[in-house]
Amino acid sequence: MSPAEIREEIVDILSDITPDDDLGALDDGKPFREQLALDSMDFLDIVMELRKRHRVQIPEEDYGQLASMASTVTYLTPKMVDCVRK
Amino acid sequence: MIASSSHTNLPDSQRVVITGIGLTSPNGNSPAEYRAALLSGRSGVRPYEIRYFGATLAGVCDFDALRYQSKKDIRRGTRAGSVAIYCANEAIKDSGLDWKNFDRSTVGIYLGVTEHGNVETENEIFLIKGYDYDTAFWSHHHNPRTVANNPAGEVALNMGITGPHYTLGAACAAGNAGLIQGAQMLRLGDCDLALAGGVSESIHTFGIFAGFNSQGALAKHAEPAKASRPFDLQRNGIVVAEGGCVFILERLEDAKRRQARIYGELAGYAINTDATDFVLPNPERQAQCVELALRRAGLAPEQIDIVSTHATGTDSGDIQECTALRKVFGHSTRTNFNNTKSFIGHAMGAAGALELAGNLPAFDDGVCHPTINVDELDPACELPGLVLNQPREIGRTQYILNNSFGMLGINSVAIIKKFSV
Repeated sequence: MSPAEIREEIVDILSDITPDDDLGALDDGKPFREQLALDSMDFLDIVMELRKRHRVQIPEEDYGQLASMASTVTYLTPKMVDCVRK
Repeated sequence: MIASSSHTNLPDSQRVVITGIGLTSPNGNSPAEYRAALLSGRSGVRPYEIRYFGATLAGVCDFDALRYQSKKDIRRGTRAGSVAIYCANEAIKDSGLDWKNFDRSTVGIYLGVTEHGNVETENEIFLIKGYDYDTAFWSHHHNPRTVANNPAGEVALNMGITGPHYTLGAACAAGNAGLIQGAQMLRLGDCDLALAGGVSESIHTFGIFAGFNSQGALAKHAEPAKASRPFDLQRNGIVVAEGGCVFILERLEDAKRRQARIYGELAGYAINTDATDFVLPNPERQAQCVELALRRAGLAPEQIDIVSTHATGTDSGDIQECTALRKVFGHSTRTNFNNTKSFIGHAMGAAGALELAGNLPAFDDGVCHPTINVDELDPACELPGLVLNQPREIGRTQYILNNSFGMLGINSVAIIKKFSV
């Protein structure tokens, strides 16, 4: 999966987790929490969805890498290089 | 305990009244819609399908959950939570309270449930089956969704209520148990306003259908609306339903102070236990429970205008309850008996509260809604005042007695009096 595809995948996951938010206006450089109504359980949903969809394992010490879209995509790119968007 | 003398001898600080009602039932999403359905004979039972079990019948609610919750809240929570939130908000709106300025640390939430957690547990097991039962895929939402206080806790979160909240696990006696607990907490001064009643999400667990089916106690009928038929000779079991009903309870002194509309006063109540069987009811204990509630209310059976029966449409359960009622009300020519489950099925934890709510309008309109679907009355269920198939004009209505019984032999009775100053 390319970085652009990973971003699409994360947007798709977020649209399930936070269906009331407008994801079209998401600023990739800003923390998710400043833009979306996300709490710690929601971040765990992102982790769980990546595990379910692509068997990607994110260790707890790396959760901080999921702070913004840009940091998430950067972090996931090497982990998801062989993944295919369904 | 309520004093054995009449409740009207109590000070206003110990008298508890109903000042608001919010509900969702398979045949109505407001007290007015629900009452209209009960008087026009409209059932809420429809064809239903659930995983593993397949096609069956159920009482299904169609309330607008988005009226009080965001899509995210609904996703995060449970169906029981959504039912409870809808009912609680509707009840507050109905009460006319100045909710915006109300001190929410003085509000208590007491909701009866028959069971809770089965729906979410079944969902998770179904889901991890797709991952070869690897529990790494088990949701972190499972515990907050399945803790027993979940439906009441979701109400607290949604409405910013910081007083006590919990559920009461009381099988199918739970709706009355919630109401009774709310009244007790008001009397103790533990809260100044109680949101009390019961909720059910039970149609979303296949286990309850499969369990009743294995027990030979799940209703079947070619016409869904005819499936729930307590007291009828052809009855063959329970129609499972979802739903909820939350009452706003206040001490009479508070209700008077704000000139609230008062639906009725809790005149007496009782909860007791059969201690004889897991499933089969004990008519002697049921009769004792009714008699205890009457004694605490300072009433004779002949003073009760309507008995809202618990009967679920099972062969033995209906007969047992009628045996108990015959023992207590055998000499009463005034008392009418009806059954709400014949319209909506068995709403489990919500049943007691919903069935009471369906009857309360009789204080104003003087009509006892019927038990529908009785084409041939089972002689073993015969009671002199049974209201069958058509509503009955009964005129001035002063007292309604509400039965609600459950598995493991829990019995509950609440008596509501038409309020008069």
